[in-house]
Amino acid sequence: MSTDVKVAILRTAGTNCDQETKFAFEDLGARADLVHIKQLILNKYNLEDYHILAIPGGFSYGDDIASGKILANELRLSLSDAIKRFVEQGKLIIGICNGFQILAKSGILPGWDFNPHHFSQDITLTTNDSCKFEDRWIHLEHAPNSSCVWTRGIVQPIFLPVAHGEGKFVPRDQDVLNKLKSKNQVVFRYCSPSGLPTRYPENPNGSSEDIAGICDETGRVFGLMPHPERHFLLTQHPFWTRLKKKDRYGDGAKIFRNGINYIRKNL
Amino acid sequence: MIWRVEVRDKKGVFDALGESVKKDILDLGISSVSKVEVSQVYLLDGQISELQVVKICQELLVDQIVQDYYHTPQQTLLIAPAQPNLRIVEIAYNPGVMDPVEESTLKGIRDLGIETVSSIRTSKKYLIYGKLSDQEFNMVVDKILSNKLIQHVVDHENLSGKKRAQDTETDAQKNAPLKIVLVNITKASDKELLSLSQQGQLFLNLEEMKAIQKYFKKEGRDPTDCELETIAQTWSEHCCHKTFRGDIRYHTYEKGKKRSKKISNLLKSTIIKATKEINKSWCVSVFHDNAGVIKFDDDSNVCFKVETHNHPSALEPFGGANTGIGGVIRDTLGTGLGAKPICNTDIFCFGRPEVDFQDLPAGTLHPGRVMKGVISGVRDYGNKMGIPTANGAIVFDSGFIGNPLVFCGNVGLIPKDKVNKTVHKGDWIMVVGGRTGRDGIHGATFSSGELTDESEVISCAAVQIGNPIQEKKVTDALMKARDQGLYSAITDCGAGGLSSAVGEMGQDLGCRVDLEKVPVKYQGLNYHEIWISESQERMVLAVHPDSCAKLLEVFASENVEATVIGEFTDTKRLELFYEGCQVGNIAMEFLHHGIPKITKEAVFAAPKLKAPRVVCPRNLTEKLLEVLSHYNVCSKEWVIRQYDHEVQGSSVLKPLVGVHGDAPSDAAVLRPKLNLSKGIAVSNGINIRFGMIDPFWMAASCIDEAIRQIIVVGGNLDQIAILDNFCWGNPDKPDRLGRLVRAAQGCYQTAVGYQVPFISGKDSLYNEYTLKQSGNGKHKKKNRKGSQSLAIPGTLLISAIGIIEDIHRVVSMDFKRPGNSIYILGETFDELGGSIYLDTYGLLGNTVAQVDTKSGTKIFRQLSEAIQKGLIASAHDCSEGGLAVTLAEMAWGGDLGITVLLDKVPYRVRRDGAVSEKASKRNDTILFSESNSRFVVEVPPEAKQEFEKILKGAACAEIGRVEESPEFIIYGLNEEICINAYIGDLKEAWKKTLAFA
Repeated sequence: MSTDVKVAILRTAGTNCDQETKFAFEDLGARADLVHIKQLILNKYNLEDYHILAIPGGFSYGDDIASGKILANELRLSLSDAIKRFVEQGKLIIGICNGFQILAKSGILPGWDFNPHHFSQDITLTTNDSCKFEDRWIHLEHAPNSSCVWTRGIVQPIFLPVAHGEGKFVPRDQDVLNKLKSKNQVVFRYCSPSGLPTRYPENPNGSSEDIAGICDETGRVFGLMPHPERHFLLTQHPFWTRLKKKDRYGDGAKIFRNGINYIRKNL
Repeated sequence: MIWRVEVRDKKGVFDALGESVKKDILDLGISSVSKVEVSQVYLLDGQISELQVVKICQELLVDQIVQDYYHTPQQTLLIAPAQPNLRIVEIAYNPGVMDPVEESTLKGIRDLGIETVSSIRTSKKYLIYGKLSDQEFNMVVDKILSNKLIQHVVDHENLSGKKRAQDTETDAQKNAPLKIVLVNITKASDKELLSLSQQGQLFLNLEEMKAIQKYFKKEGRDPTDCELETIAQTWSEHCCHKTFRGDIRYHTYEKGKKRSKKISNLLKSTIIKATKEINKSWCVSVFHDNAGVIKFDDDSNVCFKVETHNHPSALEPFGGANTGIGGVIRDTLGTGLGAKPICNTDIFCFGRPEVDFQDLPAGTLHPGRVMKGVISGVRDYGNKMGIPTANGAIVFDSGFIGNPLVFCGNVGLIPKDKVNKTVHKGDWIMVVGGRTGRDGIHGATFSSGELTDESEVISCAAVQIGNPIQEKKVTDALMKARDQGLYSAITDCGAGGLSSAVGEMGQDLGCRVDLEKVPVKYQGLNYHEIWISESQERMVLAVHPDSCAKLLEVFASENVEATVIGEFTDTKRLELFYEGCQVGNIAMEFLHHGIPKITKEAVFAAPKLKAPRVVCPRNLTEKLLEVLSHYNVCSKEWVIRQYDHEVQGSSVLKPLVGVHGDAPSDAAVLRPKLNLSKGIAVSNGINIRFGMIDPFWMAASCIDEAIRQIIVVGGNLDQIAILDNFCWGNPDKPDRLGRLVRAAQGCYQTAVGYQVPFISGKDSLYNEYTLKQSGNGKHKKKNRKGSQSLAIPGTLLISAIGIIEDIHRVVSMDFKRPGNSIYILGETFDELGGSIYLDTYGLLGNTVAQVDTKSGTKIFRQLSEAIQKGLIASAHDCSEGGLAVTLAEMAWGGDLGITVLLDKVPYRVRRDGAVSEKASKRNDTILFSESNSRFVVEVPPEAKQEFEKILKGAACAEIGRVEESPEFIIYGLNEEICINAYIGDLKEAWKKTLAFA
């Protein structure tokens, strides 16, 4: 088993969940570098040297215009070849919160025709119905037929926090939604604690069909609004002092572990 | 050519912003609006083709899944003909106000390969459907959509083709020859000196003006405008705290006898004196750097600073709070060689949100708007910086209508070898971060005077909007440069701008600055504006010339501007140049120590307050519901959830805890290093109503509250440090100052009593609102001079930070298991004075909660021991609302019921209390008294024996049991049930008050 899983955590102005995302990967034995997008564009760092690309949460470029939009364009226009190659090589990408917004707005997700020269966007993450930023904990149901490699083995609903003002998942139209479902690309849905369909505040933003996270057709590129790195340790749970379980890890750790194990097994 | 792009939601998409504006209009009492639509407007200036505009729209400005757009050359914009029942209004930022969207949008356009857009302005267009009178429409524009200090209504008819005012001015000034302005002071009469101070907004008194006159007579010349401004800023109350450091003649009246004494330097004789006497070895740096520093672990220290930003927040709540939090974060960045910000804390005082518009004094904003604006400002900056806002409080009182208080605090983590800084001769002066503009001029002096209803006109340049992403970039670059040891000293550019920052760093050596080297936002700034501008997001570094190239490289890698603007010398003078001409040359000694010491008069006489007469209701259930829904008790969830309190992954005890995540925690606990078990706890204590009875006991109670909140989560009295923030009325008025002295004395006595040192502090005085013109409200009660002054209630905020040895041992406040025993620790006294309970009757009372640090210390230590031994299932302190509220919060936190017997509660009257024990021992007193140093704890049956052993001899009693059934049952002294409620109903009462959804 190779232990040398290398993760690039993408940074730019306004990225702010990079350190805890790095901690999550490293705690499970991967090596993670914080890589500024400028260093990738100037070829001071090379995506080729990494197995996993993580786009963490934050407010890239202040989320001015719309959340993630400016970094999404920058990725698409400057790094799309490298990213296409990265995915084709069987490597993994995860976008969390702002990272998911960036993957969606660049077209990397759902990834049907990701193309730097012909811009197209099939889904978006837009202003919450409540019109405000909210930090709250929600339950997620893992779609039974999801093809995502990051979430394998998750059966029971998991409990993670969301913290965003623009997380409402909206597909362009019904066809896009049907296609996502038929290609097993829906990964997580907001749900009630017992796993049933739900509404505000358990669906914190008004997302279409409660969708909280999706993947590409390969299952290797994954974006989600909730923060697995904020329930990586048990003591991040909002009422861990009530829990009998005294494990070191929280629900979010499974996702990072899956990513690392996938690389170890397959690359 | 200017292209106009309007972006709006597609038909059928839920317009969240429009809906929220509609709700705000409804809150104004206008119910005729059926719909509001909002468009984002971009004006793109430059040589661009229509094809390029379309590309910019489709690929950047418009989210085509949910939005439509419309583009047109600005000149050909058709002004829609008036329609009945539709009002259209467009709001834009005033010239010179920073619009952060401009910079990032320009970058986004360049990324698309389009280099010819030279500038961008943005605005918002509102379409309001429904029948509105002109008056109602103007009210909507003024009260909801815009603030005229920073924004204006776009007048399309008069705009087309014309250049913006600022550009014209800029062109004119660009070509003007440099003119050095000298202020005629050496020959001025006293009257002229005072008028100079007033007209120049210097806020200096005659004695100070005369000292300046004397200095320049000696120099044999008049000062430049720039020099005078530098002195005014350095000597401002805001920057040098002359009240706290000056002399005071303090007179007290006790039983008709007058006593007088002289206090020399109030700060040194109370707050700092306490710290010196306590002398803790883990205090690393106190009262001299930007923040106080204490030891965290063997490698690192933590620092803590709390600032206020009251005056700007009164005028422009969003911008004021926004730049307030930005400013205190820079205090952390400027501590030692720079600390990493790890936690925000925010405490606000507002007027009550239900006040009528007609009752507001002229020139003040409605408290509801102030509240929403301030909270949004903190949310915007804190969240975008990626710093968890983990602790806070909100106090509502009608005394804050003209003067809201905004306290912003920040905790930082710093390697222990980065705590000291030294400026060397020959170091270069470098300014990093944002560019300098005309914003925030006179902020330091402005906050050292009272607000008037003209403030919004004359002080508009003092109001700014922050750019958190700029500050985040600066932080990222600084942390890298710090770890590589690339600079030798740092400080923040806050109030007073470069003048304050450079002047302070160079005070022992001297320095020389070439002002034309400072990067500016636009041409046309003159030298003195550059020097005193308070533009945000800037830091000043002292850099050895050999490190300069490497340092510039680090900053460039994060896209942050860094510029050498001068050097530190050994002349002991502040020398300023602009394009080679000397525009300032002052001795550092005079600048920093030349201020004449002032003696102020202070008087304190205890107010004569009557004992309240309240008949204790037999059934107190209704009263409990009323107390729970009181503004100063009720749930602040609406606010807390808007703040990211979990970023950095460090949260251990969140502000909201319990089964449903909606019960209020005591101190927040964070783990700054995710791989270690060591943590910090952060809390605050504030209670203005106690101060209305006696500021001494207010101070004591605030300290007790801040400390006990840390003890109750698992802290230890030996590792807690505190900060003081005084917000007070005009200290030139003896009654105000007398109360301030009394509060400072309370601070000294209590800190020494608990052996808990102060490590930093700040004061904001002159929090008064003077009506000069004729107001139109009921508040208008003119005095002889024709003006009326509204002072805030004297307010002390105590913030506390404690070290938690092992975060796995922390205790939360929610009841855990039916069958566990409920204990109360600490004695309850007849202390209803200033309580929430009496406030529900509209009464203040007279028996304010006192603090006995001797018995408090014992209880704190006993509780800490029990927590460390793992005997406590849950624990919560008793504060606003007393024992009843504490029990209720713990019950719904665990979704469990209780049975409690009041006759078990240890109760006593204070010796100097006016009422006998028999008369005062009543159900309502026991339930709602706000006595200090008390806790409720939950102990499992198997731990009871050991727990009682630890608590032996203490005022501690088992008072009831946690129950499975969600009923809240309290038996009164006569063994009859006095409270009987479902916990769901209690929680509902607590939640509904501020449920803004």
